[in-house]
Amino acid sequence: MKHPSGFSALRRQFLQGAGSASLLALQPAWPQSRLAGYDNRLILIELKGGNDGLNTVVPYADSRYASLRPQLALKREQVLPLTEQIGLHYELKPLLEFWQNNSLAIVQGVGYPQPNLSHFRSIEIWDTASNSAQYLDTGWLCRAFQERLVPPQFAAAGAVIGGQDMGPLHGGARTVAIADTERFVQQARLAASRRESGNAALAHLLKTENDIVHAATQLTGQHVFKTEFPRGAFGDAVKTAMHVLAAGFDAPTQRMRSGHVAALRLTLSGFDTHQNQPGVHASLLRQLGEGMAALKSALQELNAWDSTLIMSYAEFGRRPKENMSHGTDHGTVAPHFITGGRVRGGLYGQPPALDQLDGSGNLAHAVDFRSLYSTVLSPWWGLSAANILQGNFPPLPFLRS
Amino acid sequence: MLHARRFFRLHPWIFALAALLLSSTGNAAPPLGEEYARVLLTRIGFAPSRDEVSAFAGLTQAQAVERLLSTPSAAQAAPPPVVQENIPQRAEIRTMSGSDRKEARKKQILASHELAAWWMQEMMVTPTPLLERMTLFWHNHFVSSEKKVKAARLLYEQNVLLRQHALGNFATLLHGVSKDPAMLVYLDSATNRKGQPNENFAREVMELFTLGEGQYSEQDVKEAARAFTGWSIDLQNYRFTFRRFAHDDGIKSVLGQRGNFDGDAVLDILLAQPATAEFIVRKLWREFISPTPDTTEVKRIAALFRNGGYEIKPMLRAMFNLPQLLTQDNRGTLVKAPVELLVGTVRQFGFQYSDAVPFSWAAMQLGQELFNPPNVKGWPGGEAWINSATLLARKQTLEQLFRAVEMPRVHSTRRIVSQDADDFKEARKHLLQAMGQIYFPAETWCRQWGAAMDRVPDAQSLQRMQDAVLILPPVNPLPAGATSLSIVRALVLDPVYQLK
Repeated sequence: MKHPSGFSALRRQFLQGAGSASLLALQPAWPQSRLAGYDNRLILIELKGGNDGLNTVVPYADSRYASLRPQLALKREQVLPLTEQIGLHYELKPLLEFWQNNSLAIVQGVGYPQPNLSHFRSIEIWDTASNSAQYLDTGWLCRAFQERLVPPQFAAAGAVIGGQDMGPLHGGARTVAIADTERFVQQARLAASRRESGNAALAHLLKTENDIVHAATQLTGQHVFKTEFPRGAFGDAVKTAMHVLAAGFDAPTQRMRSGHVAALRLTLSGFDTHQNQPGVHASLLRQLGEGMAALKSALQELNAWDSTLIMSYAEFGRRPKENMSHGTDHGTVAPHFITGGRVRGGLYGQPPALDQLDGSGNLAHAVDFRSLYSTVLSPWWGLSAANILQGNFPPLPFLRS
Repeated sequence: MLHARRFFRLHPWIFALAALLLSSTGNAAPPLGEEYARVLLTRIGFAPSRDEVSAFAGLTQAQAVERLLSTPSAAQAAPPPVVQENIPQRAEIRTMSGSDRKEARKKQILASHELAAWWMQEMMVTPTPLLERMTLFWHNHFVSSEKKVKAARLLYEQNVLLRQHALGNFATLLHGVSKDPAMLVYLDSATNRKGQPNENFAREVMELFTLGEGQYSEQDVKEAARAFTGWSIDLQNYRFTFRRFAHDDGIKSVLGQRGNFDGDAVLDILLAQPATAEFIVRKLWREFISPTPDTTEVKRIAALFRNGGYEIKPMLRAMFNLPQLLTQDNRGTLVKAPVELLVGTVRQFGFQYSDAVPFSWAAMQLGQELFNPPNVKGWPGGEAWINSATLLARKQTLEQLFRAVEMPRVHSTRRIVSQDADDFKEARKHLLQAMGQIYFPAETWCRQWGAAMDRVPDAQSLQRMQDAVLILPPVNPLPAGATSLSIVRALVLDPVYQLK
């Protein structure tokens, strides 16, 4: 139920309750050109279920594509060509503009050695940036934030939009889960700000409560966007994410206040298309394309496009050969999209080698997913990627200096 | 009224004298008293009602533990019929159309929810909470999940097996679970590594069930895998079968032992390792006592466990008689699992309800879906239960529960929707209706402490209520001049209420 008197009243209540008026003192807005560290924000889009990369970034010129997928292969007129070899699924039309502006990087062949084909285990590997046989407890973003703390004046280190699964933010980073900013602020009144003390379990509880209150006090806002957000669950998540950021927008200077949230994670679910793939996949890609366009538009309104990096990820791709149920089974590698004001558009990685499938009919990876992470950690955030990822994964050159 | 323990604390010299005088006659331990009885019952059961506490307050720790270990378990209620239905054969499923397969899966999911509600109900009414806690412990140790097994009946039968041996013998339990149909199906599909199904099985048995990580080599896994060859499940009737022709009959070398081992022999080799007993005891310490097991005590109790042929009761007797169980330092150091939080709340506050399904549903929302641990390692537990999302969800759930202080208009004891709810919409309607039947008899509960629901309690009643609800003093100041009901609400929303 909406609070009748608006957010400012709630905000005052929090101030009184938490006694933290100083948190809302206007932060000096950083000049655009001097951004460093966590003022560069990351937006992750999880394509949950494992996106079928071959029908997303389509190797339409490769004859093996059509022969592996007599039913599912997109016809030539259903593909939006980007180069002579590859093109996009027709529902990704909004991304054409990104490509033409040279701000869409497509990394092909992303995966990892000894791939695991179980949803749960593989997403765990991606979330914790572990080896295939290693079991780690903390998300890679959480480890980054442990390496260098996100400044206390940020509303939160990370925000998970929609759903409770913390994914790469799992492990004690100052992260909040928000489905809806209004509802979050309302629910957050159940938490109270207290000095952390007591045994470890109690301290953890109190810290969690503090994180919630801190985020809530800074997430109220009434920014009105000109951008029209698409309908549907993903569109709602995009809208919520933008409202979260808008709470850190300083209207007088028309700039983001320092940082606010370092990483946001959105999820688009339904990619596990074992059967009847075409309709479902088209619908998901439409949501993805529209969502990414809305993100760009809203970020530009906040003058935050140049300080944002958007990256897709998923637990795996899908098998090149179609199955008997008009769908595809779990695969290994997939292409991923990266965009943002400082992204150098183009193709990275390797196109799918459809003539070199392994014993299970799957593609070998060309780029380890941890190279994408190290590009976020080093050039974007200025951290030591090797420490956080526990290994050397060369960053990709998709960021303009 | 001066409690014996407090008396001895105030006058330690009397204690010393009494101990001296009584030492020759044996048991000098004082009775628990209400405070310690409550702590004991909360930590190794579910949060107790006032009557349960009174029954134990006059016992010593040893006597209380004895009573908890020896109370015979009540007969279980039969699970809902949908759980017992026949499992469609794999071959049958393959020939189904897409929409039929979807329907079949829907039915399985609904059966799984029914099963979770069944177990939740058992826990909320059981006269032997320790048995249910241990069954839940083993469920999280010998993990199988309905999502992978896709057959509620098999999960139910595994649950019966776990309960049967929960306070029995670990060796028997290990042998039984390793041949349990749900387990075999689960391990086969859950690990998903290419080829080598027997190796997967051997690895999980070593890493998860017995020795723990790092206590064996890859060679041990490979050799043990050879011993498990032939060990399989008949997918016609979902029973364990030993396929003799597939069994590798040669000499194997596992953990320094050589012989023509079969699967059972390997399990016995694993049981013979001190690491196995220690692994189990450490886990139990983190379940019942504190997040930081005492190495010396663990070794001692583990040796006792292994030398006693893996009888569970003597081992638990040794563990539960430790002062560490009740000491102030360890109170509130463990986080209540969602099931414990909900079941404890229902039992302790005497909630009335028509159906357990809102509670099993709530447990799922809070991160603990019964019969569906997230992966082979189970629910990590401890602080992992709490993040910004789950903490808010816990508090919201509690807030909703404690708002239900008006008698529901239709007090129904029968299920509101027919038992073959083969449709998610019906199930959801059923859930909402069941939620409307939940009732907290606030006046009755407050009266126990000499307070009235709508009046400000006196200092003594206030203290009694606080002691009854929280294991540590509240972190948040209680609202001044508030009614007893408001105090109760403040207590359950205090961060300390999440701890045991």
